[in-house]
Amino acid sequence: MITFQSVTKAYTNSTALEDMSFEIKQGEFVSLSGRSGAGKSTVIKLLIGEEKPTKGRIFFNQYEVNKLKNTELPTFRRHVGVIFQDFRLLPTKNAYENVAFALEVAGRPHSEIEDLVPQVLDMVGLSDKGKNFPNELSGGEKQRVAIARAMIHRPEIVIADEPTGNLDPLNAFEILKILQKINELGTTLILATHDRDIINKLEKRVITIDRGRIIRDEEKGKYILV
Amino acid sequence: MFTIISRIINYGFKNFWRNGLLSTATVAIMVLALLVFTGLLIFNVVANHAVASIQDKLDIVVSFKKTTSEDEILRIKESLASLPEVKSVEYISTDKAIEIFKNSPTFKNKPEISQAINELNANPLEASLNIKARLPSQYSSIAKYLDAPNLQSSISWVSYAENQVVIDRLIAIVNTINRGGFVSTLFLTLIAGLAVFNTIRIAIYSNRDEVGIMRAVGASNFLVRGPLVVEGIIAGVLAAIFSIVITAPIVYFSSPYVQAFIPGFNVFQSFTNDIGKLFLYQLLFGVGIGVLSSFVAVRRYLKN
Repeated sequence: MITFQSVTKAYTNSTALEDMSFEIKQGEFVSLSGRSGAGKSTVIKLLIGEEKPTKGRIFFNQYEVNKLKNTELPTFRRHVGVIFQDFRLLPTKNAYENVAFALEVAGRPHSEIEDLVPQVLDMVGLSDKGKNFPNELSGGEKQRVAIARAMIHRPEIVIADEPTGNLDPLNAFEILKILQKINELGTTLILATHDRDIINKLEKRVITIDRGRIIRDEEKGKYILV
Repeated sequence: MFTIISRIINYGFKNFWRNGLLSTATVAIMVLALLVFTGLLIFNVVANHAVASIQDKLDIVVSFKKTTSEDEILRIKESLASLPEVKSVEYISTDKAIEIFKNSPTFKNKPEISQAINELNANPLEASLNIKARLPSQYSSIAKYLDAPNLQSSISWVSYAENQVVIDRLIAIVNTINRGGFVSTLFLTLIAGLAVFNTIRIAIYSNRDEVGIMRAVGASNFLVRGPLVVEGIIAGVLAAIFSIVITAPIVYFSSPYVQAFIPGFNVFQSFTNDIGKLFLYQLLFGVGIGVLSSFVAVRRYLKN
């Protein structure tokens, strides 16, 4: 489903990723672990086409992501659900509208949106918070709205970049449970995190990155940095 | 496509309303810009009327010797009327001249003059031609034509030589107003436009994260840019309405002062006659700059 082929990403004074290769199959739950600055977020930015690799090729199903034009990116991104550490909710839209937005941009009909959004908000436990704006929600609630938004268009893959980074342990495990549920329903999940407890609890595949290189790739891996 | 467009309009209105403070600031700057723009338009109308009123007062009077026959004067009138520079030539016979003089305040208020005229028992005034040129600068060439040697035996005097300094000064004023009005309109409109552009740019800069979020969720450039352009249109329309509402009383109260300066010109009436056209200009200026600024300002955030 996803293939990184000898991918290097270099900036003016540093190299974020060096000759990185890996594959992720349909339905997998893969954690990208590593210290801050190891290159986890760069992998995600390259995967969603936010940045282009300096060398190498990135495949996502039928798409060669590194070759996508600016105008082709929106359509490609509708196959992917992304969850960020800072939630990235639209501040002028309430929870319902933030979730609905992912369907609206794809031109889905109003009736379908009205039908789906309450269902997904209910799934993340926010059925009574639809009218609240992001500044009226707690960190955990904001992240659940972001998950609902990432899920609503039933993407083939959900990518979560440090989704628990701004949350307390209780909320973090709530979010993890939701992500596991999404994966159990058949969606491929990539989780970038440096949270030891979360990775150890998952008992799923772990790709460990250090200084832009993969140092470990294990099924049912643990959080080990050396 | 219809669904996407209706959503863009909907987002535009919602964002405009929910970004209340930022929208108010944008509209306020636009209103100021439109007031400058409207002020310049009104100034140009007033200046043109002032210039026309001054031009209307300019003329050359050619007085003819008592010995010159009426036929000869009418022949000269015809030849003058055929000149391309001449707008009109009016013949004032000696009889008409005395009639005009008798109706003038000078005659009525100064009994010694009226007594002297009556005692003369003859008409002391000469026949004359009042000549108006198409442009103030053309009076000198008309005066040169009247300088021809063959006319000197008929002409008693020409007013141009006496008024030349005044006419030249008026020509300079008229030219300065015309040129200055155009340049200042262009310059101030440009500055007002830049102020609005910068305000919208700052508003979009403060929303740059939102643009990134929309792109990350899969929104096309059209869908990201659209609501911002709609916001620009709303700001432009509101600014045009506010600007007209503010301008109307200002013009109404200043109208008597302008009328004192340019008799016969009612600036408020002229304003109400052209209010539709003025509103259309403001709308074009406001909406145009709103759309253009939004379109250009958001471009740099649509690259990834």
